[in-house]
Amino acid sequence: MTVLAVTVIGRDRPGIIAEATGVLGRLGGNLEDSTMTILRGHFAMVLVVSTDADMGAVEEALASMAEDGSLSVSVRAVPVEPTAQPAGPAYLLSVHGADRPGIVSTLTAVVAEAGGNITDLSTRLTGELYVLLAEVDLPAAADPDVLAQRLRDTAARLGVEVSLRPLDPDVL
Amino acid sequence: MNGLLPELPDGQVRAVLRAPAQALADPCSEVDPRDGSVVTLAADLLATQLLSPGCVGLAANQIGVSARVFSLDVTGHPKARTCHGRLVLVNPVVVTATRLERGREGCMSVPDLTGDVRRASRVTVTGLAPGTGDLITIQTDAFEARALQHEIDHLDGMLFLDRVAGAHALHARQVYL
Repeated sequence: MTVLAVTVIGRDRPGIIAEATGVLGRLGGNLEDSTMTILRGHFAMVLVVSTDADMGAVEEALASMAEDGSLSVSVRAVPVEPTAQPAGPAYLLSVHGADRPGIVSTLTAVVAEAGGNITDLSTRLTGELYVLLAEVDLPAAADPDVLAQRLRDTAARLGVEVSLRPLDPDVL
Repeated sequence: MNGLLPELPDGQVRAVLRAPAQALADPCSEVDPRDGSVVTLAADLLATQLLSPGCVGLAANQIGVSARVFSLDVTGHPKARTCHGRLVLVNPVVVTATRLERGREGCMSVPDLTGDVRRASRVTVTGLAPGTGDLITIQTDAFEARALQHEIDHLDGMLFLDRVAGAHALHARQVYL
């Protein structure tokens, strides 16, 4: 049994997911995790699939999807990773302001310096407004107030607004 | 007199600022509810809100005025239960807030996005009436409670973007033409 990471990126159209997962299903693949979205009109999907088929057979079976040049498909073997347990409480970083280069790289660097691990991130640009949302696991030893202050100082230099709040677990 | 709202002059429709306008990020100052400029502001907020389709509330800094004043009217909204009709509150304060619930919010100042935000579904809010300065106490729930908290956040320089519930809790506003 191998675990493969399959990425499909390209021009969006109906049927891409059905085709890719149909191919993987016929090869006995089991979808273990997947995410898919549309970024500025581009279809983007990552699948982690476990299968007895070898990587070459999966690549060959998916190749037809890339034939017309509208989609780029890649397959690579990945090691089996245990599901990571968060080291500490989770926070939501919210940033919004006028779009400019460097917002994501500068603020995520501040998070990384504090040992924070970003587990999910999305950004949106609408008109002049740029919004970054990131879920951050902080190590138990990290002080969220200190990190929040560093983020505010950095955000002030970038001319954007920032907040760091505990992520609500929403347990039902 | 319309319920809790004293008689106001006819207001003028003002332009609504959009994020990332700085006025939306700066906390607003308390003002004297009896000041003539506050009465004019209250009338302008209502006039602007009423002319904006789907707008249930408007804070002063959304029209570029740094004053702790907002207008609100959730009349007829399908998610509203208790409804106090047309309101303008000056120097409002959230006194109690309980029973967090998640709900979808939009904003005139962030017209292209909506977000999932957890807010109290039962609140007590106090504020002063424009013109008279009378103390108004609002006890409410559901959508009116959410809208009150959204507007008071504006006066603190915050947008719903600061309160969304997760990395994927923002959504493009769906517009079907």
